[in-house]
Amino acid sequence: MSTHNHPTDVTVTGATDGVPAVFTDPGIPHHRDRQSDLHPAAEKRAERQVTLLFGLSVLGTIGFLVAYFTVPPGETVASMRLSNLLLGLGLFLAMFAIGIAAVHWAKSLMNAHEKAEDRHELRSSDTTRTAAVEMLREGTEDSSIGRRGVLKGAMVSALALAPLSVAVPLIGEVGEDWDVSKFKSTMWRKGTRLAIDPSGRPIRAADVTIGSVVHVIPENLSEAEHPLDEKAKAVVLLVRLDPRDLKEAEDRKGWSYEGIVAYSKICTHVGCPVSLYEQQTHHLLCPCHQSTFDVADGAKVVFGPANRPLPQLPIEVDDEGYLVAQSDFTEPIGPSYWERLR
Amino acid sequence: MKALAARRHHRLAPLVLLLLALLVTGGLYAALAPSPATAASTPTADDVATGEKLFQASCATCHGLNAQGTQDAPSLIGVGAASVDFQVSTGRMPMQANGPQVIAKPPQFAEEETRQLAAYVASLGPGPAIPTDEMVDPSKGDPANGMALFRTNCAMCHNAVGAGGALSKGKYAPDLRETSPVAIYEAMQTGPQSMPVFNDATLTPEEKRDIIAYVDEQRAGSPGGAQLGALGPVSEGLWVWVLGMGLLIGCAVWIGAKSS
Repeated sequence: MSTHNHPTDVTVTGATDGVPAVFTDPGIPHHRDRQSDLHPAAEKRAERQVTLLFGLSVLGTIGFLVAYFTVPPGETVASMRLSNLLLGLGLFLAMFAIGIAAVHWAKSLMNAHEKAEDRHELRSSDTTRTAAVEMLREGTEDSSIGRRGVLKGAMVSALALAPLSVAVPLIGEVGEDWDVSKFKSTMWRKGTRLAIDPSGRPIRAADVTIGSVVHVIPENLSEAEHPLDEKAKAVVLLVRLDPRDLKEAEDRKGWSYEGIVAYSKICTHVGCPVSLYEQQTHHLLCPCHQSTFDVADGAKVVFGPANRPLPQLPIEVDDEGYLVAQSDFTEPIGPSYWERLR
Repeated sequence: MKALAARRHHRLAPLVLLLLALLVTGGLYAALAPSPATAASTPTADDVATGEKLFQASCATCHGLNAQGTQDAPSLIGVGAASVDFQVSTGRMPMQANGPQVIAKPPQFAEEETRQLAAYVASLGPGPAIPTDEMVDPSKGDPANGMALFRTNCAMCHNAVGAGGALSKGKYAPDLRETSPVAIYEAMQTGPQSMPVFNDATLTPEEKRDIIAYVDEQRAGSPGGAQLGALGPVSEGLWVWVLGMGLLIGCAVWIGAKSS
């Protein structure tokens, strides 16, 4: 332990047993010469290495330019891959080699003497501090804010209201519109034909064989004002099961047709499209969080975080044999929200 | 001729003669033999009879002597030639072991035998036929429309580029990039195992060919380089974190270390 006291030593107050009263500042570590300081040959070698790295960068740039002009991305996947690979390698070499060359230069060739620079004191001098306070005081007195009440009120109101010009449009446009009632209904109506997504061909009941799955949109979807918004709510999964496998609630007996059932494709958990249908187990999986619905049993949840069965679309067959909806869904589709059942 | 006559007792003469004879026989066979049966050719009564024998030897244990099905296996009456061709030519049938899913393996029957088996099962009841080469030719399909159809009907299980994915309880949707166009067509048509059926009304034959064209385009890989299993952000993120962050940390340590 050194005997002289250094200003950066740490003095421990109220030291107990085993704790020294003063921690001395060890100071800057002992300087150790590098190979390049001691041997001119090592210095030469480091210089050559740095030169080589800069040379590599030059090669990278040249390689990039050559690849850019001679290896166009072309039309095939293989040519795109080759072009990407060569451009990327060239760019990487050009940039990365400059970086490590600069660092290597600084580390091995520039001087290695440790230096300490003290911070300047943060506190300003007493004169500056008094002057600043005096300036503020003079300004307040000059504006006579204490005496002119109306002026003060007007200023505060102006400052308080000004942020509204930014806040109102910003907050107002967050949700486009705040009408949550449209989540309660979809564009399915009595008699709307079920059509195949994406071609829009209407579906004949006879064409749906047992074990089939059809991804369904309303036939008149393209006539909607915002077809994508409507599609997001109205998509339906149509499945035909062997009627013997189908368990139906008493009040939903009339909602299916010869084993053909239609359920909303929007998960009741957070609204992903539920569409992984296992034909043999009649289970319908949601790809996002593995909620599993049993299509043979009212799309009840058999696994996963979803809380409600998928809403069923009541269907029937029209005079020409096409599948049509009996009505809209009888409950809001998709995930829960505050006003859902109000 | 003199030279030839002089050498007819050469000890290699019989060998040369034999080779000549073989060449002539082979050439004649190639010229006269009927062209190999294509998928669309109508099976003969012979095929059905041979197929029945093959069936009784290899399939009847589970599917029943008359393919009527047993407790262990479904009835094959009316499943059609397409179903048999899919299951047998991808090696799924005969089944290797009970499990969550029948897995594909090297086919156990020759092409000819598969055709005969299919002919026999098709003779039991009407069902989807094996598609012709033209119906599954990727170059005749429209991959753009195929992509739209694939996204709606297939991508949820088979992944956006057909790399396959997991289902419940050990079942999975296989990688389509290794599946032949004929097998893809037959799978859509017949709905093997967990897969639902996409019949000709749901996806017309032209739409099926579009889907095959799209899947075929994915075989070339991704222009972006290594696909890392085509799993998307999971594997790509892991790669970036391990390799990218590793490189950055390495650089930081090197910059901070004193030169020796």
